[in-house]
Amino acid sequence: MAAKPTSQKQRDFLGVSMTALCGGALALNLLLILALLGLIGFYGGRFFWQKDIEALELADGRRLVGEVHAVEAIPATQGGGERFQLRVGNRDLTGADFVWIDESAVTARTWPADVVLLERLEWGNFYGRLVELRRGDQVLANGSAPVWKAFGPLHREKVALRERIRDLEKGAIGDVNLAIEKLRLAARRLELEGPPAEARARRQAEIDRRTAERQAEYDALAASLFALRDELVLETILVESADGRRKEIPVGAIVRALRPNEMGTLAKAGLYLGRIWEFVADDPRESNTEGGIFPAIFGTVMMVFLMAFAVVPFGVLAALYLREYAKQGLLVRIVRIAVNNLAGVPSIVFGIFGLGFFVYTIGGTIDQLFYPEALPTPTYGTGGILWAALTLALLTVPVVIVATEEGLAAVPRVVREGSLALGATKWETTWKVVVPAAAPGILTGVILAMARAAGEVAPLMIVGMVKLAPTLPMDLDAPFIHFERKFMHLGFHIYDVGFQSPNVDATKPLVFATALLLIVVVTAMNLVAISIRNRLRRRYAGSAV
Amino acid sequence: MLGTGTDPLSQPRLAGATAPEPERSAADDPALNPHIEKPILEIDRLSLWYGAKQALNRITLAIPERQITAFIGPSGCGKSTLLRCINRLNDLIDEVRIEGAIRFEGLDVFDPRTEINSLRKRVGMVFQKSNPFPKSIYENVAYGLRIQGINRKSLLDDTVERALRGAALWDEVKDRLRESALSLSGGQQQRLCIARAISVEPDVILLDEPCSALDPIATAKIEELMEDLKKQYTLVIVTHNMQQASRVSDYTAFLYLGELIEYGSTGKLFVTPRKKQTEDYITGRFG
Repeated sequence: MAAKPTSQKQRDFLGVSMTALCGGALALNLLLILALLGLIGFYGGRFFWQKDIEALELADGRRLVGEVHAVEAIPATQGGGERFQLRVGNRDLTGADFVWIDESAVTARTWPADVVLLERLEWGNFYGRLVELRRGDQVLANGSAPVWKAFGPLHREKVALRERIRDLEKGAIGDVNLAIEKLRLAARRLELEGPPAEARARRQAEIDRRTAERQAEYDALAASLFALRDELVLETILVESADGRRKEIPVGAIVRALRPNEMGTLAKAGLYLGRIWEFVADDPRESNTEGGIFPAIFGTVMMVFLMAFAVVPFGVLAALYLREYAKQGLLVRIVRIAVNNLAGVPSIVFGIFGLGFFVYTIGGTIDQLFYPEALPTPTYGTGGILWAALTLALLTVPVVIVATEEGLAAVPRVVREGSLALGATKWETTWKVVVPAAAPGILTGVILAMARAAGEVAPLMIVGMVKLAPTLPMDLDAPFIHFERKFMHLGFHIYDVGFQSPNVDATKPLVFATALLLIVVVTAMNLVAISIRNRLRRRYAGSAV
Repeated sequence: MLGTGTDPLSQPRLAGATAPEPERSAADDPALNPHIEKPILEIDRLSLWYGAKQALNRITLAIPERQITAFIGPSGCGKSTLLRCINRLNDLIDEVRIEGAIRFEGLDVFDPRTEINSLRKRVGMVFQKSNPFPKSIYENVAYGLRIQGINRKSLLDDTVERALRGAALWDEVKDRLRESALSLSGGQQQRLCIARAISVEPDVILLDEPCSALDPIATAKIEELMEDLKKQYTLVIVTHNMQQASRVSDYTAFLYLGELIEYGSTGKLFVTPRKKQTEDYITGRFG
């Protein structure tokens, strides 16, 4: 090599440019993250804002009413200009929610004040004008303004009625159904046990008697339910779409009626918050394309917490053995490498293992031993929230082990010796001094594990996650926490509404909104864990560990 | 792994009386290793190897009760290793081999029948680097009792106060007992460690260079404290600060390369050292 030394100037330049490069890399990373959050936040947040409704007249004589959903440029090769996607709703009349319109085909654009938007329980949005309010054949109000005026109080009544119906269905009727199902299982158990004929007949008679009682109760409740349902559809409104077609809609089937073009910014802001609340707190409707995603939030959070409860003891104890007790040598090194590599196994593999081990083997055995009367319907021998949580615990246990080991390694030897020198045994030292000192490190592992678990979808698809769960895995029916139930999950919900939906144009914004919510949920759970960790750190403030 | 004390050497009395030694050794020369009446600790021909490397070679000396005995010598001479043999903290290190015996009130600490936890309860230790537990001041001092299963609040309160007073720390921390021990200054932390050591009422306290990380004022406080503690406890201190050894100790042992070169009352050893090596070291010619 030529022995010309690098000048001081060159070396300084290298230093400056490398610093700039490192800083630039960091800035780029931050920028990408911010861009991602911004994109999700923008599209997710925009979804809930009510736009004004336009009435369009087209050159070919068609008339359309709807909200502008998207605008895009037409390529110059196809004539240039712009076209926009109009959400016209009225799926029951026209078959599609959206139409694309070339701007050049529009001859008139107006924003009529009395155009209404009806959010319905079924068939999506309706855009059009109010014509009549009816009770059977009797006309209660006629004309746009009177109908609108009469509709408000009536609708509030129906919303309250709908609440009552839901309470009845989920409450009393649900309880009776549960009791009847329990009696059916009791009868089946009796059959399996095969007691002497006399006792069997006596017990069967008792079961039959109670079933008949419950059945009568059910019939009475069902009758009152049908009466309420009839009341719900007693009044209807006649509406007219832009192209003049008419439709009768029961007042009780309407979620929300709006005249967006009359609303001020404040009213719209209120509506915006109301819709966000509905999104967070309600059940989904119309195969997940409308309504809220509360069950998915609940399922995600509960599954992650179950996972944390399972993973912390396992991971911490394993790390304690590896770091504090095992003789450090080749074997421990191999185990450590194996644990680290476990974190790199594709998550779907864990899912398949969970299905084979937890669901079929353990769950199947539990069913054989404890729920034979329900077979062939599986109780634990099918995917459920417990198995999903345990599968994810397996997936995240390496993270907890590694973080705990690092936390333990950072506790100075002299601190351990201080405890031993006072006459403490090794276990007392480990448990009372080393583990508390390593607690912040352990919590770091738990935070990472929880974030990973909340975002994981693939393995859950085969161990208990479903598109739509009729019940939450936790409710007021004993035993309150139902480990065997299937659950919904935000990550899967994103996939489902984005790519499996019958109405992709309508649900695309839901992808962003759900993603935003998933980020918020994960962040919230992490913040809780981080605040616990910081409290621990503060308690041991000034520590060198 | 551990040497046992079941060999014929486990008989009382050390200097001069036992089998003849061919080498010159402080163990056999009364002038270099004075006879001590009723010693609380007797170290008897103690040798220690870390793997193949010998760290201590046939150390024999007796430590008097309720006196301060200092081990001095250059770095690596084995003084800390010797100290850590007394409460068997070297057990924690792999590949340590020990021969010879240490008798604590006549009982061999290396005897397999010796309960290591009760030995350590009676032989407390203060370390070079202060090592409070990541707990409150109160819990640090109460720790020794808690692991013995003592959780009665009144007893703990009394013990904590007594130990903190004993370590001259009570007045500084009595209003903040629930705060983290790690919020204390370095000198306070070291006194807290002393309080922790005396909370279980040991007979002997081993101090492994307790002041090496402290400033002169904090050092002076600890030295003053040692004078007080001497009335109740036997203290054994390792130091590489010769002024400290001459200031605080009653007896001094000079170790060099794993051997005991000279042992005697501090006054004699510092004023009229018998051995050339001792003289060279205490006058600062090497070390």
